[in-house]
Amino acid sequence: MTAPAQDFHTRVEKALRDPQLKIALERTTGNARRKRAAAVAAWPDFEAARAAACAIKDHAIEHMATYLEMFENNARASGAQVHWARDAGEASRIVIDLCKASGAKVVTRSKSMLGEEIGLPHALAEAGLRRVETDLAEHIIQLAGETPSHIIWPAAHRTREDVAKLFDQYHHEKPEGHDVVSMVASARKELRADFFTAEVGISGANFLVAETGAICTITNEGNAELTTTPPRVHIVTAGIEKIVASTEHALQLTRLLVRSATGADLTQYTTFHCGPKRAGDRDGPEEFHIVLVDHGRTRMLAEMPEMLRCLRCGACLNHCVVYRAIGGHAYGGAYPGPMGSVLTPVFDGLEQSRDLPAACTLNGQCKQVCPVDIPLPTLLRHWRARSFRAGHEPKAVSLAITIWAFFAARPRLYRMAQAAALPALRLFAKGGWISSLPLGSGWTATRDFPKPPRQSFLAAIRKGATR
Amino acid sequence: MPETGNALEKPRVGLFVTCLVDSIRPNVGFAALALLEAAGCTVEIPLAQTCCGQPAYNSGADDATKPLARAVIETFEPYDYLVAPSGSCAGMIKAHYPELFADDPLWRERAEKLAAKTHELLSFLADLRGFRPRNVLCKATAAYHDSCSGLRELGVKAQPRALLDAVEGLELRPLEGEETCCGFGGTFSVKYSDISAEIVGEKARNVEAAGADLLLGGDLGCLINMAGKLRRDGARTRVFHAAEVLAGMADRAIGEEA
Repeated sequence: MTAPAQDFHTRVEKALRDPQLKIALERTTGNARRKRAAAVAAWPDFEAARAAACAIKDHAIEHMATYLEMFENNARASGAQVHWARDAGEASRIVIDLCKASGAKVVTRSKSMLGEEIGLPHALAEAGLRRVETDLAEHIIQLAGETPSHIIWPAAHRTREDVAKLFDQYHHEKPEGHDVVSMVASARKELRADFFTAEVGISGANFLVAETGAICTITNEGNAELTTTPPRVHIVTAGIEKIVASTEHALQLTRLLVRSATGADLTQYTTFHCGPKRAGDRDGPEEFHIVLVDHGRTRMLAEMPEMLRCLRCGACLNHCVVYRAIGGHAYGGAYPGPMGSVLTPVFDGLEQSRDLPAACTLNGQCKQVCPVDIPLPTLLRHWRARSFRAGHEPKAVSLAITIWAFFAARPRLYRMAQAAALPALRLFAKGGWISSLPLGSGWTATRDFPKPPRQSFLAAIRKGATR
Repeated sequence: MPETGNALEKPRVGLFVTCLVDSIRPNVGFAALALLEAAGCTVEIPLAQTCCGQPAYNSGADDATKPLARAVIETFEPYDYLVAPSGSCAGMIKAHYPELFADDPLWRERAEKLAAKTHELLSFLADLRGFRPRNVLCKATAAYHDSCSGLRELGVKAQPRALLDAVEGLELRPLEGEETCCGFGGTFSVKYSDISAEIVGEKARNVEAAGADLLLGGDLGCLINMAGKLRRDGARTRVFHAAEVLAGMADRAIGEEA
């Protein structure tokens, strides 16, 4: 599922050469930033709510084992079957086995980033099951044969115009027009039959509620309800960090999650799913399975517990200058942007994803907009330190840093080197600028560099200069 | 996080000039010196200073950073204040030195003590010294870029504007995305220069759209990045550190020769 990280630079190059990508990303993330800003501005006690949300998550994380056990007991009591998966492979196997046991041929899926994380689309294909993505954006990228590029808007990399072409090409009945309403109508028609023929519906969960054993999904399109209700079997896959103590806690977090993600007060659908169909219920699945996935989360509990607060709202992506420049696919993992750059090394290993935490300006805007105040820059720097210690950084870079630090720790040597370097650098200048530097070609490919002075500030001060 | 009160009558300030100002733009150092003196400080410039170590720290090279941090602590702990004309370097000392020595109680305590008296220049002048420039003239329009570390680690936002407001003839213009990173990020601009270039490209377009004569800021790294891009794109915006304007020393912009 994950592209090899050695290709990070190649993927970035490709992304930067794509003018359509920039347009698509700016439409989606620009809109999201404006709407979030308006939602936050209209909420006078936003900072207090944010602090309360942190406390709610930290409490659940601190007592994770207790609440998970409570959740399991209550879910079982409601008639759900609970499965535990240590890693991605085990989680996918459990889901596939459940599908096979139900005799399914067609499986509908509502959007779940955990499903992407554990490689479920690939596993379903290998098992010979026909997978139908029912979220509109997931439907688009399934037609295009792609992976999500944003955790809230999986097709953020595609423009409306692109999507019109895809629908014209693949839909059994072409859309009547290329306006949004016609295209949505076309997708509804395309998906309708599958909603009622699928034997299994698979969803994720935004929260696992310990006190009731219910799972909560927060969606906008209604596709999740059509995915989880008509099929005979509903399978939920959820990371264990989704646990919260109570329904009240889930709802408090929802207020922050939705505003941070889309700027709306609420999504169209906030659904609590509790157990299978009961006697007398008019609809609902006969079997209700919940697969609780660890996949590195207990390791994070020890190493970076703050990251387990993440609500997957996508605000850090929308506000990240790097994400906005390169889009989600360049990251190469299931989760892009700042949160993805913290998570991908946990899932895929640091050696092959070391570029992700490194490719960040540490400007801190991600932390500023995070609804649960995750210290993302600190965690990214944590990975850099780990990578440097483990020797994963490119030799030229670590050598340059080591040599530079050697000189900087010896002021007299540093002054001598500086006194030699400044006049030498001036030789490259024309007018007041250097437009091509032998060792700084990355910089001067697109920017000029100012001509340095004859002597440094401290050299001038030593000689008694006053300006 | 502005601090007020307990301002010393004539504090002894150790000026940490930063390695970029030292090597690339001494005028910022002279401007900082003049401003601090005008604000009633006794200023000393320890000649043993080099760099705060941030390039190594942000590259994950903690072991290489520690000797640099210890040197800064030893050099500057005798002063009432350490002041630096950079939110990024001041932020490194204030926010990250204590983290760097988290497992070393002796140095952590020294780091915390220095952190408590470390300040970014413009916020120090405005908040601790109540300083405003007097009789400084600069007839121009200017856009102000909020550098990220100063803004988010130190709360530097209103202070530079309040100071610049007192400069006669200077008119501040709004800048779209003034709080958005310019793509410098220290070694990031070299290691991932193509991404950095894309980010500063957007910044340069916003600066041009602001239509101001000058672009000002409080961090030389960001200013060099933006100035270099503006110059390559053929823009006429002149770029200065805010301290140069405040000290009345804004004669030659970044990249302008005598």
